[in-house]
Amino acid sequence: MRLNSKNWLTSLPQPSGTLSEVQLRGREFLFSNDLPPKNNESWRLADYEKLNRFLDLPVSNDSFLDSESRNLWPEVASGAFRVVLGPAGECNSEVSLPVGFRRLTNPEIEQMLGKTLDSCSCKDSWSVSLNHALTSELLAFSVSGRNLPPMELISHAKTNELCPTRVLIVLEENAELELLQVVLGSDFSAHSHLVEIHIGQEANLTHGLIGIGNNNSGFMANLAIEQELRSNYLFTSFIQGMAFGRVEPRLVQRDGQANTTIRGLQIAKGSEQLATHSSICFKGPNGTLDQLQKAIANDSSHSIFNGTIDVPRVAQGTNAEQLSRNLLLSSRARIDAKPELKIVADDVRCAHGATVSQLQQEEVFYLRSRGITSNQAAKLLLDGYCQEILEKLPSNAKNWIISDECKLII
Amino acid sequence: MISKDSEIILEIKNLQARVEDQSILQGVNLTIRSGEIHALMGRNGSGKSTLAKILAGHPSYTVTGGTVLYCGKDLLDLDPEERSRIGLFLGFQYPIEIPGVNNLEFLRVATNARRQGLNKEELDVFEFEEVVREKLKIVQMDSSFLDRSVNEGFSGGEKKRNEILQMALLEPTVSILDETDSGLDIDALRIVSSGVNQLSNPKTATLLITHYQRLLNEIKPDFVHVMSAGRIIKTGDKELALDLEKTGYDWIDKDAQPKGNDL
Repeated sequence: MRLNSKNWLTSLPQPSGTLSEVQLRGREFLFSNDLPPKNNESWRLADYEKLNRFLDLPVSNDSFLDSESRNLWPEVASGAFRVVLGPAGECNSEVSLPVGFRRLTNPEIEQMLGKTLDSCSCKDSWSVSLNHALTSELLAFSVSGRNLPPMELISHAKTNELCPTRVLIVLEENAELELLQVVLGSDFSAHSHLVEIHIGQEANLTHGLIGIGNNNSGFMANLAIEQELRSNYLFTSFIQGMAFGRVEPRLVQRDGQANTTIRGLQIAKGSEQLATHSSICFKGPNGTLDQLQKAIANDSSHSIFNGTIDVPRVAQGTNAEQLSRNLLLSSRARIDAKPELKIVADDVRCAHGATVSQLQQEEVFYLRSRGITSNQAAKLLLDGYCQEILEKLPSNAKNWIISDECKLII
Repeated sequence: MISKDSEIILEIKNLQARVEDQSILQGVNLTIRSGEIHALMGRNGSGKSTLAKILAGHPSYTVTGGTVLYCGKDLLDLDPEERSRIGLFLGFQYPIEIPGVNNLEFLRVATNARRQGLNKEELDVFEFEEVVREKLKIVQMDSSFLDRSVNEGFSGGEKKRNEILQMALLEPTVSILDETDSGLDIDALRIVSSGVNQLSNPKTATLLITHYQRLLNEIKPDFVHVMSAGRIIKTGDKELALDLEKTGYDWIDKDAQPKGNDL
């Protein structure tokens, strides 16, 4: 267990690049907190053996991604543009961005970096600190205006490497963006990904995150989102094929009066463990949340959902709904779902719930009575179950969803 | 279209069935020949819908006795999908909503399954779209229904029309329509009935399960059967349905009471 013995940390390359100071802080944190705390609710069920396996991987430090891997990616959707993140991609200073997108300057980065993490109270979380310790460069840009080309951010970890990536996005007032992030894992690879997004007043962001692994892939994504007044944020995540996958969206409506929609789908098979830990906090009145998390657990896999909605006294008039719907397809699989409301305000409408079920037998019979075999019926039903989430991904996700890289592997 | 020389398509003999520990069918006998339309009436809980589901192969029911021959083949030996592929169709009383499953894709997969059963080539997406657009006219459905999820958010009438659209696409030999008239307004009833009439021909047969004479004004049955306590207890022609409309089912209880000289 390298991390535990601190050897792993000392073996990392010297801090460098734009984020060298952040790297030092992250490493200091990990020196005194070598593993995530088991007594923390969000880590209680984590598979530490799998986590450690990925922490054993060397951090990627070259910029070569073979053309064969890139050739497997689908064409960029019409009108969209693509940026490749991480050591295999372009670093911030080399990225060419279209009109409406502007790279942040170093002073701007210094001023803004970590602020959203602070607002979302996750600056000192273990997985954020892990990313801090590893990442030397980031992509940081602001967005202004509407009718902008949809953006694709791709990162692809090669076999036998741990790939750290970090992004900082500022959506100016009234801006509108469709952002699709695709994280691809190879066999025995891992990703640590950190995104900070500040959404200005009346801005709209449609944000998709597709995480696709390949056998022994690991994935940890932290998203910190801050919404200003009258902004709209739609986040859709789709994770599959990761031996250890963990997505942590944390969102704050800074002054309320904003709309948040979250859709999530994780498909676990084999012995995979996939987890989503979401946290939404309303710091002002009249905000809305519509969250639907779905999971499918097959074989001896484990799916976890922890969702917290925090409605303090200042958040009167909040209207929040959180539902976790899960399909358990094997008696050996396990699903843990825990939606949680923390409400202090008294004039609110909040609902939450969780269901775990199998395929509905009446639906299967209906399809079979139309000549469709049991297997075909199950496939149609599972595809349909997933479609309710996948259709919410940004429009430029279609090419990825139908590609060989991403096709549903239920 | 009654002819004693017509081929027997469905022959049910002494069919008995239960769900869990409850016996529901207690010896159903029914013979249906090609070209015939049969109406099955009876009180709620008399076993009509159970008979329909058992014929379609619903796994919740256990057949405990009797036989069902479909064109001379043992129907009870077949899985639900095999029954559909050889030409048996059940129009559901409560068509199931399936969120996320596209109606057009569902109809195409179902149609191709039936075509396999008929040894016909499968239709590709484009060929199928042409076929389905023609069939939509039969039930006067808008093509926008094809883009929606199966039955999701459909009104009661739209669901029933979607059932008849499936019947039109699958071209079954025997159609069992379970309370196809329930929840329909007069206009929808006419559209659905007209669809069923258009799809009937001398080589097919229909078993209509209904509570009301009004459906039988639109689809003229050759035989009317009354079911009670899991058996068919009376068979007649369409006049029987008219009598039932007037008298109800009280006579069943009276007939069941022991006569004075039986005491």
